[in-house]
Amino acid sequence: MSKEHGDGMSVIVKTVTRLTVGLIFLYGIYIVLHGHLTPGGGFAGGVIIALSFINLELAFGKRTSGKIFSKSATSLVESFGAVMFLAIALLGLQWGGFFTNFLHPDGDPGMLVSAGTIPLSNIAISLKVGAGIFGIFLTLIVLQKFESEKK
Amino acid sequence: MIAGAVIAIEVKNLLSAVIAVGVVGLALSIIFLLLKAPDVALTQIVVEIAAVILLIRATLHRDLASRSCGGRPFGAVMGIMFIGIGAVAALVTFSGGLNPFGHPLMTVSAFYPINAIAGTGAVNVVSSIILDYRAYDTLGEATVLFTAVIGVLAVMRATGKRDEEMKDDNE
Amino acid sequence: MDAHMPYLLCTILFCIGIYGILAKRNIIKIILGIVIAEYAVNLFLILVAYKAGGRAPIFDTLENGQLIQPSAMVDPLPHALVLTSIVIGLATTAFMIALAIRLYGKYGTFDITRMRELRG
Repeated sequence: MSKEHGDGMSVIVKTVTRLTVGLIFLYGIYIVLHGHLTPGGGFAGGVIIALSFINLELAFGKRTSGKIFSKSATSLVESFGAVMFLAIALLGLQWGGFFTNFLHPDGDPGMLVSAGTIPLSNIAISLKVGAGIFGIFLTLIVLQKFESEKK
Repeated sequence: MIAGAVIAIEVKNLLSAVIAVGVVGLALSIIFLLLKAPDVALTQIVVEIAAVILLIRATLHRDLASRSCGGRPFGAVMGIMFIGIGAVAALVTFSGGLNPFGHPLMTVSAFYPINAIAGTGAVNVVSSIILDYRAYDTLGEATVLFTAVIGVLAVMRATGKRDEEMKDDNE
Repeated sequence: MDAHMPYLLCTILFCIGIYGILAKRNIIKIILGIVIAEYAVNLFLILVAYKAGGRAPIFDTLENGQLIQPSAMVDPLPHALVLTSIVIGLATTAFMIALAIRLYGKYGTFDITRMRELRG
C-alpha cells in the first residue's frame, strides 16, 4: 500500500483525515480530563490521543508526522508522564503514605475540579500510555520502511 | 463472536485472520457494555483498533502472507487434550465454588462503592480504585508498558546494528 | 447449571485460543491465539463482576433525582483490574509482533518448524 504512495494515501483519505483528526484529538483530551466523572480515564484517553497521531501518520506518511512529533520527543513525553506519576505518588508521602490523596478537600464531588490527585494521575497516565503506544508504532513503521529500502 | 474466533484461527489468509480477531474484540466490547462496564468497553474498543492496526502492519508487506502453513499434528493432539482438561476443570468449577451468574461475591469490594465519594471525591468508582485505592497496580502497569516500549526499541534497533557488525566481521 | 451458562462462552473462547497456540505453525496465528485467550480471561473477570439488575459503577442521579445506591452497583474492582490488563495486553502484543518481524527478517518465514531447521 505505502510502496506506491510513499508520502501517504490518496487525496480522499488525506482530506477526511484533515477534517477528523482534530476532533479525535479533542475527544481524547475530553476523555482524559473527565476520567473521574464519566467512563474513560487515562488509559482509554491516552490510546485515543495516540490513535489520532497514528491516523495522521498513516494518511500523510512519515515526514509530515515526524515534523510534529518525532521519536525522541515521544520518549521524552513518555518519561515525563512516568516521572509525573511517580512525583504524585511521592508527594503523598508527606501526607501519610505512598499515593495518599493529599489534595482531597478541594472541590465538590461531581465537578470538574475535584477528586484531588486523580485527574493529575489521569493526565500523567495518558501522556505515558499515548506516547508509549505511538513510540511502538513509530518504531515498527520505521523498521519496515528500512527493510523495504534494503530490498 | 465464537465464529469470529474460529475463523481467526482456521482461515488461511493472515489478513483475514487479523480482521476476524478485530471482529472478536468489537463483539467483546459490546458484551462489556451490556455487562455494565462502560470503562472497560471504551478501553477495549480503542485498544482493539490499535492492536489491529499493528497486526495489519506486521502482516501486510509480507509476500507469503497468504501462503498456508499447515498445523502441527502433535500440537493438535496436545491441544485437544488440553481442551478436554479445560472442560473438566470448568465442570468442576461450575459445580463447586463459583457463584452463580449475576450474584457476585462482594466481600472486599463492597467497601469501594460505599466509601468512594467520601474517601476520594471521584464520582467514577473505577477511576477512584485504579488511581487511589489500588494505585500500586497502576504503577506496575506503567512499568510493564515502559518495559515493553524499551523491549520493542531494543529488538528493532540493536539487532540491526549487530547484523551489520557481523557482516563486517565475516567479510 | 443454568446459572453458569454465560461462563461457558469464555470457556469456549479460551479453548479456541489454546488450540490456536498449540496446533498452528504460523507465528502470527500463535500470536492471535494468545490474544484470543487473553480476551477470554478478561471476559471471565467481567462476567464474575456482574450483578443481576446492577448499574454501572458511576454515581449519578436517577430520574427521580436521588443518587444511585452503592448496593445497586456492579462490582467495580474487577473492572479496574481488567482495565489495566487490557493495556498490558496491547503492550505485550506489540512486543510479540516486534519479535515476529525480527524472526521474519532473519529467517524469511513465519513457520516455526522451518525456523528450527534453518538454525544450523
